Amino acid sequence: MLRKLFVLAVIAGVVGLALFWFLTIPVTVPASALAAHQPNLENGKTMFYAGGCASCHATPGQDDRTRLGGGLGLKSPFGTFYVPNVSSDPKDGIGAWTEAQFVTAMLKGTSPDGQHYFPAFPYTSYRLIGTSDLRDLFAYMKTLPAVQGKVRDHDVPFPFNVRRSLGGWKLLFLGSETFRPDASKTAQWNRGAYLVNGPGHCAECHSPRNILGGIQSGKRFAGGPNPEGEGWVPNITQARLKDWSDKDIAYLLESGSTPDGDSVGGSMTPVIRNTSQLSPEDRMAMAVYLKSLAPVEGPPRPQKK
Amino acid sequence: MLIRTACVVVAIAFSATAVIAQSDPISQRKELMKSVGGQARVGAQFAKGEVPFDLAKAQAIFATYASVAGKMPSLFPDDSKTGGETTAAPKIWEDMNGFKAGFAKFEAEAKAAQASVKDLDSFKTAFGAMGKNCGACHETYRIKK
Repeated sequence: MLRKLFVLAVIAGVVGLALFWFLTIPVTVPASALAAHQPNLENGKTMFYAGGCASCHATPGQDDRTRLGGGLGLKSPFGTFYVPNVSSDPKDGIGAWTEAQFVTAMLKGTSPDGQHYFPAFPYTSYRLIGTSDLRDLFAYMKTLPAVQGKVRDHDVPFPFNVRRSLGGWKLLFLGSETFRPDASKTAQWNRGAYLVNGPGHCAECHSPRNILGGIQSGKRFAGGPNPEGEGWVPNITQARLKDWSDKDIAYLLESGSTPDGDSVGGSMTPVIRNTSQLSPEDRMAMAVYLKSLAPVEGPPRPQKK
Repeated sequence: MLIRTACVVVAIAFSATAVIAQSDPISQRKELMKSVGGQARVGAQFAKGEVPFDLAKAQAIFATYASVAGKMPSLFPDDSKTGGETTAAPKIWEDMNGFKAGFAKFEAEAKAAQASVKDLDSFKTAFGAMGKNCGACHETYRIKK
């Protein structure tokens, strides 16, 4: 009897492991899925600034936003992530990547050597970017300077450093649906929804996260504790921005100034450096979409002392 | 008599609070920042076209900026790191030279802007550049709670 139970347990264990292995295989996009494409560098540049790539990947301590040598340390409850080099350098950056590898990284969060990326890289949002926009972005990034130097490894302790387990995390938190325009809304609203949720990845900081580091469903855009450390990320639903007009939001994205004359700071300053480079039409589209977000109360802001 | 004494006591208490408030660097720097915010609001209204441009008011914005930038650096003594709902980041005291250099740059550029602004277009350019300075310091030296 005991022996039977033991055999059953071993079988269950093996099946479980096999299932885990199967379910956590990193997903890739094959080159054959990409039809012929004539890259549009101007659109690639727009995607570069909408995506805020430079906020994390620009080499710290210098002003050139197009030098993407990486190295910035991103603190998180799971450890410190060191942002990789995504410059056009063929050895240390992404200069030798294929288009399919780039698209795979952005949509599936899988590296060229077949590993799961940590979701500090916001592929949970980037996966909504259209393939054609991604290919334009890749073409544009290849025109940027090559910066030498590999970035050090992440400082992430066990068990979070087991990359395979991120496959499980992806099952829980990485959606699979692509961006679908809402036919009942205007083209402007849809453009805004695309920019905010896809490349803009606003929800990644402006939403509270659960204990596993996934965005709390139903609380998207409702703000919460700063995932990078001290301070608070504000609620950007109408629960907090009801007194702001769409013009006010667009002006913030252009200038960094709030309607009461304050200026945004912290991690939002580099965001403004990017959004200020977008067209006024794109900023207004984002504003119109944000203005349409239903009021959602986020976690309670800590009492001021 | 009792009432008069009470009044005097209350009056002294009030003025004492006022003196404390004035000498408290945290509330002083908050007031100064609020005055900058008030002016920035006026500037944003010009830039957004919500209010017709007014040269004298535009120059006053930069004058306030310059004057506040001159006063701020001395309001961060070592004993004002916490308390009073301050949003000052510890980084200020770790990098006091960089922090003060930010204000020096801000003051110099505000004075230059005050002297050079002549119409809405030149104002928008100068005001936009000053706004970047606001963001650059708030990026590093402020933590919103």
